[in-house]
Amino acid sequence: MAIDILMPALSPTMTEGKLAKWNKKEGDTVSSGDVIAEIETDKATMEVEAVDEGVLGKILVPEGTEGVAVNTPIAILVEEGEEVPAGPSSAPAAAPKAEAASASPKAAAPAPQVKASVEKGNRVFASPLAKRIAKDAGIDLSTLKGSGPNGRIVKKDVEAAKAGGGVAAAKSAPVAAYTPGGTTSTPHSTMRKVIARRLTESKTTIPHFYVSVDIKLDALLALRSQLNAASPAEGPDAFKLSVNDMLIKAAAVTLRRIKGVNVSFTDEALIEYNDVDISVAVSIPDGLITPIIRQADRKSLREISTEMKDLAARARAGKLKPEEFQGGSFSISNMGMFGVSSFSAIINPPQAGILAIAAGEKRPVVKDDGSLGMATVMTTTLSVDHRAIDGALAAKWSATFRDVVESPFTLVV
Amino acid sequence: MSTTDFDLVVVGGGPGGYVAALRAAQLKLSVAVVEASHLGGICLNWGCIPTKALLRASEINHLLHDLGQFGFAVDNPRFDFQKVVGRSRAVSKQLSGGVGHLLKKAKVPVFDGFAKLAGTDGKKRKVEVALKDGKSITLTAKNVILATGARARTLPGLEPDGKFVWSYREALVPDELPKRLLVIGSGAIGTEFASFYRNMGSEVTLVEVADRVLPVEDEEISDLARKAFEKQGMKVLTGAKLGTLKKSDKDVSVEIEAAGKKETFTFDRVISAVGIVGNVENIGLEGTKIVVDRTHIVTDDLCRTGEPGVFAIGDVAGAPWLAHKASHEAVMCVEAIAGKHVHPIDVTKIPGCTYCRPQVASVGYTEARAKEAGHEVRVGRFPFIGNGKAIAMGEPEGLVKVVFDAKTGELLGAHMIGAEVTEMIQGYVIARSGELTEAELKETIFPHPTISESMHEAVLAAYDGALHF
Repeated sequence: MAIDILMPALSPTMTEGKLAKWNKKEGDTVSSGDVIAEIETDKATMEVEAVDEGVLGKILVPEGTEGVAVNTPIAILVEEGEEVPAGPSSAPAAAPKAEAASASPKAAAPAPQVKASVEKGNRVFASPLAKRIAKDAGIDLSTLKGSGPNGRIVKKDVEAAKAGGGVAAAKSAPVAAYTPGGTTSTPHSTMRKVIARRLTESKTTIPHFYVSVDIKLDALLALRSQLNAASPAEGPDAFKLSVNDMLIKAAAVTLRRIKGVNVSFTDEALIEYNDVDISVAVSIPDGLITPIIRQADRKSLREISTEMKDLAARARAGKLKPEEFQGGSFSISNMGMFGVSSFSAIINPPQAGILAIAAGEKRPVVKDDGSLGMATVMTTTLSVDHRAIDGALAAKWSATFRDVVESPFTLVV
Repeated sequence: MSTTDFDLVVVGGGPGGYVAALRAAQLKLSVAVVEASHLGGICLNWGCIPTKALLRASEINHLLHDLGQFGFAVDNPRFDFQKVVGRSRAVSKQLSGGVGHLLKKAKVPVFDGFAKLAGTDGKKRKVEVALKDGKSITLTAKNVILATGARARTLPGLEPDGKFVWSYREALVPDELPKRLLVIGSGAIGTEFASFYRNMGSEVTLVEVADRVLPVEDEEISDLARKAFEKQGMKVLTGAKLGTLKKSDKDVSVEIEAAGKKETFTFDRVISAVGIVGNVENIGLEGTKIVVDRTHIVTDDLCRTGEPGVFAIGDVAGAPWLAHKASHEAVMCVEAIAGKHVHPIDVTKIPGCTYCRPQVASVGYTEARAKEAGHEVRVGRFPFIGNGKAIAMGEPEGLVKVVFDAKTGELLGAHMIGAEVTEMIQGYVIARSGELTEAELKETIFPHPTISESMHEAVLAAYDGALHF
């Protein structure tokens, strides 16, 4: 019996996604667990695995299609030798949104562009005029994306391709009509919209409160050198701890030690998390994502380091799974590599705290014996949700974090 | 949800506004309409529809005086002018009521009153409505569509005075048939009234400041229209300069300079049809980011104004001032609000129709505009005299002209004059919207006998030559 393969919901908030790539062709045999397609959501690219086995009878949604609603049939799986039905057995999910959200950003979203050559036999949907202009210009219509009704290739698509000297996707409608000075509008990516919404929500609804401390790093740097020197030169057990790995652990240890910061504020109650899950801000080309080191206080530095390397690499490739960046109980944002002397971060709701870590730099310090000396010092700034965390608690946490970093042996015992 | 909070509030119940509301209801948005006057707007009440009712009557009057060619003889055909006008009003009333029923069926509340934007409440827009009963109410909505329409432009010295000088509004409800009528402006509104009154028996002088009547149409069509008007006994003065109106007790005299000579004429009534201005006053645009340029709200191609969540459609958003443009913008705008993918309007795919006798209809580029735009053109023409149905109908005067791009075969424009062409132009509009070339049009089988066959012949004429001419 033919089975419809539906657009999966890869995260709780996902309503639609882009069908980025088909890894199987029509007619290919599919086994349960095979990766059949890749889906791009607001946050990441994810793989769709086959649940059933059979033959990929028909691809209903061509790759490159944006805005595919969750539960829309995307392909039909048939049994070996079974006739392929013309269409999905289930009706496509009702897409219209009852709620008219703020219209402008929606209208500004790039037009869904349907690659034209979809059907078997590569039928290209194009207007007669588009076909003729393409023929005269020697343009292969199957390389174009259509902007007309149902992805039909129309004159302007071919002319855009001609002007661009090659393959070109039709541009969506221009956004700015009344910007006299001449500007360039780039429609927001889904990630940019999510970042904008969440940060605005955070900074406008959460009363932020900041505590900064200067922390001497020399002991931690010395420990790091010793530990890294103990790593095998190569092989699976080799490791190379970064300062960041150690600060993740230090924050986790501090959160375990000082109660009341690993929390969320809700209107009804203060939620205290039993696990210390640290969200680590990772900058990626079109924005930012926060993969999570779960139960960081219980992990060894080597575990944290290995896990962080893997998460950061996959974050930059857009291949994180939702559960790898959704959740977390406390955040760390490290801009030390950019040489900043201090900064304050915006809380990542529903968390109640985020630690901003600036660069370690050589500064003159007054030593315990009163003499002047030199030390590697970094300024960290803790931002807390003042509804959940009082000033004294934030100060106590910051002081404890400083102690942990300045006497870093707790990180390895 | 309270009864004053909506996803969408539409200001204006004309062919833009009420269509927006109906489409929004179909898409399950909560929507309300605010209308200050009559549902259906100018189109149904003071424009498209009542003029068509009058023009139908004048066409019948013309036929009654031309019955001989069909073998009839009727003695002394006459009419009751107030009944002719009364029928036109009844048609408007029926259709306005129909719009009310449609909105009711779609469960769209209608607020009778004058609306203005009144700032925001959080993420929502506030719309203050001065209700007809003197009370006021504040509506809130995530989105507001301004569809307030337009009204006649008044030039100094040509203000409607309730007696001698009429705008379209007074011209639709005349107290009596003027003996001598001056029509100023030969756009669609001016020529339709000139045609109506001439065919009812008035002596009509049509004055145009441009060098030809129906100046937006193709020149050949303008020429044929002028010849037809003059043949009907209309006086047509183009490139004309109008002096000051001198009003006496019973008539108006004015000096008109045209074709190098000045002459003073006397009229019983004057219709001023010199364009329209957008209704942008007192609707709360002041202090917003909404830009108004020469009485029209500036929008982008998705009808968005400078103020997020506020849209403008139809006449108030600028030319072309056509009901079908307003309705199409309404659907597009609402679908965009509902998050659907929409296609911006291409004005060269909007047809225009003028219901004078003979009718005029067109879409796309005129021959001159096509050349200006850099196209190498192929032009085909076919006159009604070569069309069997037109001759059988007793309507042998007319022309179909098509303009193709010589290189690509794109139908750049189509221009028609003659009987029933307003019903025929959609064929070329479909061709232009669907980007058909001459090849598909040539291969289309047109039914015989129809006047539409001349549309096929015009295409053939542009290429291999017409068969019947």
